Amino acid sequence: MRSNYHLDSNAHFYEYSLKLWERLSQQLNFNVMYSARGVLNLVHSPADIDAAMRRGNAMRLNGIDAEFLSRDQIAKWIPNLDCSENARFPIMGGLLQPRGGTVRHDAVAWGYARAADACGVDIIQQCEVTGIRIDGGAVTGVETTRGFIATPRIGIAVAGHSSHVATMAGIKLPIESHVLQAMVSEPVKPVLDTVVTSGAVHFYISQSDKGGLVMGGDLDFYNSYAQRGNLPIIEHVVAACLALFPSFGRLKLLRTWGGIMDMTMDGSPIIGKLPVAGLYMTGGWCYGGFKATPASGWLHAYTIAHDRPHDLNAAFTLERFAEGNMIDEKGAGPYAWAH
Amino acid sequence: MLLIPCPWCGPRNQIEFTYGGDATVKRPGLDAPESAWYEYVYLRDNRCGPHDELWLHSAGCRCWFKVRRDTRTHDILACARIDEDLTS
Repeated sequence: MRSNYHLDSNAHFYEYSLKLWERLSQQLNFNVMYSARGVLNLVHSPADIDAAMRRGNAMRLNGIDAEFLSRDQIAKWIPNLDCSENARFPIMGGLLQPRGGTVRHDAVAWGYARAADACGVDIIQQCEVTGIRIDGGAVTGVETTRGFIATPRIGIAVAGHSSHVATMAGIKLPIESHVLQAMVSEPVKPVLDTVVTSGAVHFYISQSDKGGLVMGGDLDFYNSYAQRGNLPIIEHVVAACLALFPSFGRLKLLRTWGGIMDMTMDGSPIIGKLPVAGLYMTGGWCYGGFKATPASGWLHAYTIAHDRPHDLNAAFTLERFAEGNMIDEKGAGPYAWAH
Repeated sequence: MLLIPCPWCGPRNQIEFTYGGDATVKRPGLDAPESAWYEYVYLRDNRCGPHDELWLHSAGCRCWFKVRRDTRTHDILACARIDEDLTS
C-alpha cells in the first residue's frame, strides 16, 4: 500500500485509497492485516535523488507523508541491505512513505466477499459472462453461461481481461494485457520490517507474516494472457535481490506466479463511463491495482449510482486519450508495457 | 523461455530480443482525421489467442521482424521478415 504519486489526480486517488485501507479492518469487521511498515524507494544516482526529492515535495504539497532518508539512516535501519560503496548499484538514499505498507490479499478478498454478502450482494461463482445486450445505445443486460440477467446498468471490474469484456459491447480500449510475475522464498524468521523497492534495478521486496520474502520486478514485456511468466524475469528479479541483499543468497524460492495486468497507454487506470449508456468500468490498473482496491470499488460504485464520476475519478476517463489529457506518471509515452 | 525464430539468424533466446508491440496497426496518412491517429496511437485489439507482433533482434542482427504468437500459451506459430505477411 502506498500513495507516493507525483501527479495530482493520482496522488489524491491513491491517498484516498490509503485512508480507506487504514480503517478497512474495522469497516469489514475482518482483519485484513494492514501493516503500515513503510515503503522505501531506494535511489542510486544524483538524478534519482533529484527525482525522489521532487516527488516527495509534490506528495507533501498534497498532504501526503514523505521523508527523504540518507544512506546512513537506511544502513542503520535495514542492516542486511548492502549500503556499501562497493555495491553493484550503490545506494545514495531513499524516499520513504511511513504510512505505506502491506495487506494480506486473501483476507481482503474474503473480507469484502463476506461484507458484500451481508449487504445482500449475490456473488455467483462459476458463471462466465458471454455477452452484453445493447438496445438503442443503452445496455439492457448481460448474457451468462447460466442465463440472461436484465439490468439497466453494468459495471465491468475484470482487470486483466477488460479488453475482452469491453469488446462484447463493441468498445476497443487503449489497453494491452501483460503478465507480471511475483515470487516468494521459503519462510524465515523476521529479517525485514519494511517494504524496499528500487526503480533502478526493477525490484521490490517485503516479508510476509508467514516469514516468506515476497518479491517481484518488471513485466515480461510482451502481450500475454497466459498467467505464467518466463525465467529471464525471475533471474532478473533474483539478481536484483542479491545485489541489494547479499545475505538472502542462501534462501530457496518456494513459489513463483504470474498475473495478467491491464496495461493502459499512459500507465493510469480508467474508472468511469463507457460510450454505451449504462456501462461503466474500473480497470487498466497496470501494476497498481491492489493498493487501489478500496478506492476503486468506492468510486466505481459512486459512478454507477450517480451516472457521473466523483471528483476523485473525474480525470480517469476513457476519453482522456482522445483529448490529450493523459495521466502519464513516468512520461513513458503510449507504449503499454513501458509504464 | 521463449525461443524466438529470427528470420535472419534462426532460433535464439528471448533475452536477445526487444518487443515492439502489435504488428497490425497501420500508420495513417498525414491528412487522416484525428480519430484515425487516436486509433493508431492508443487503441489495440489486445487479442487473447494468436497475436501478430513486432520483435527487434537487438542483441543480434538488429533487424525488426514479425512473429505470430499465442498469448494464452506463448507458443510461437509463425515468423516473417518485416516486408512479408505472416502465414501459419
